Amino acid sequence: MKKNWWKIIPIIAMAYAIPFAFIGEISVQTILHETIRNLYFHVTMWFCMMILFIVSLVNSIRYLGSNKLLHDYLASMYAKTALLFGFIGIFTGMVWANNTWGAPWVNDPQLNGAAITILSYLAYFVLRNSIKEEQKKARLAAVYNIFAFVLMFVLLGILPRINDSLHPGKGGNPGFGKYDLAPAMRSVFYLSILSWTLIGVWIAQIQIRIRQIQSKTQ
Amino acid sequence: MNSSHTIQGFSTQVYMLLWKEIKIEFRNRNTLNSILLYVFSTVFICYQSFSVIPEVTVWNALLWIIILFSSVNAVSKSFQSEPPARHYYYYQLVDPTALVISKILYNAILLLLLSALSFGIYSIVLGSHIPISQLAAFMLVLSIGSIGISSLLTMVSAIASRTGNAIGMISVLGFPIMIPLLITIIKASKLIADGISWNQYAKYVYAIGGIDMMIIALSVILFPYLWRE
Repeated sequence: MKKNWWKIIPIIAMAYAIPFAFIGEISVQTILHETIRNLYFHVTMWFCMMILFIVSLVNSIRYLGSNKLLHDYLASMYAKTALLFGFIGIFTGMVWANNTWGAPWVNDPQLNGAAITILSYLAYFVLRNSIKEEQKKARLAAVYNIFAFVLMFVLLGILPRINDSLHPGKGGNPGFGKYDLAPAMRSVFYLSILSWTLIGVWIAQIQIRIRQIQSKTQ
Repeated sequence: MNSSHTIQGFSTQVYMLLWKEIKIEFRNRNTLNSILLYVFSTVFICYQSFSVIPEVTVWNALLWIIILFSSVNAVSKSFQSEPPARHYYYYQLVDPTALVISKILYNAILLLLLSALSFGIYSIVLGSHIPISQLAAFMLVLSIGSIGISSLLTMVSAIASRTGNAIGMISVLGFPIMIPLLITIIKASKLIADGISWNQYAKYVYAIGGIDMMIIALSVILFPYLWRE
C-alpha cells in the first residue's frame, strides 16, 4: 500500500494528455495534417512496448543468474503486457497509415518488423505453454527471450535503416524529433510515454499478483 | 563450469565431438540421404509445376524456401538423434561451449554442402538466373547465409529438444526469429541475380555477416544455461 503513490502520476497525466491530444495546439505538416495527433497514441505505444520488452529481457537475464521463479514470472508478465501495447500500436499505426499512405498495411520493413516481433513473442508464449515443469519452462523461456530480443533489435533497429522505408525515422527519413514540433507537443509526448509505461507496469503488477495468489491457493 | 573434464583441452574437445558427429553420419548416412532425397523431390515438384521460371524474384524466393525447409529437416536431428541419457554423459566429459561449437560447426558444414547441392540441382533443372560473373558473390551469400541459418537452427533445436514436441517446436520458435536473416539473404541474392555492382549490395552482405556473428555469440553465451538440468 505504501508503494502505490506513483499510480497517481499516470492518472493525472492522462487526464491532461488525452484531451490535449484531441484539442491541443499542433504544428501542421504536409500530408500529416491533423493525423499528427496520433503521435500521442501510436508512437507512445511502441516506446512503451520497447521499454516493457527491455524490462522483460532484464528479468530473463536475472532469472538465469538467480534461478528464482519470481524473475521468470516478471519476465513473462512484462512480455505479455508489452505484447498488448504492441497490438494497440499496430492498430493505431494502421489507422494512421490508412490516412497518410492510403492503405492500412503496406509492405514496408518497419511494418514487417513489427509483425515479426509480435510473432516471435507469441512463439515465446507457445514455448512457455508447452512445458509443464516450472524450472525447465523458466530456463528455456529465458534463453529464448534473450535470443528473440536480440534478433528483434536487429530487425527493428538495423534492417529498416538499410532498406527503403516509408516510416519516419527509418530509411533516411527524418524522425519526428527533426520536425519543428510545437514545444507543447514535445512535452506532452514525453509525458504520454511516461504515463503509458507506468500504466503498463501497473497492468503487469496486477497480473503478477494474480499469479502469486493462484500459486498459493493451488 | 565443472573443471574436471575427462577430455583435456578445449580445441581437442571440439575436434573430437565434431569428428564423432561426422563418423556417425558416415556410418549410417541417414540424414544426408534423406535430405538429398528431400531436396531432389522438392526441386522436381517445382519443376513439374513451373517447368521454367522467367521471374528472378520467384526463382530466388523458391530457392531459399527449399534451402530453408531442408535445413530445418537436417538440423532438427542434431539434438534429438541422441538419447537424453547421453547428454548426462557429455555433461561429465566436456565443456558445454565445446559441445555447442562442435554442433554449430557440424551443422554449418552439413548446410554448406546441402545449400550448394540444392543450388546445383535447382540450377540444372530449373535454369539459373545468376550471371557467371556474379557466381562468386552468390556463393559467398550462399555460404554466410547457410552458416547463419545453421547456427540459429542449432540453438533453436537445442531449446526445442527439451520440450515435448520437438519437431513442431522448431518451426514455431525458429521461423519468426529467422525472418530478419532470411529477408536480408533473399534481398542480397536478388540484387546479385540482377547483376548489379558490389557497392550496391555490400551492406546486405555485411548485415548477414553481422547477424551470423551475433547468433553464434549468443549461442555460446546461452547454451550452458540450457544444458544444466
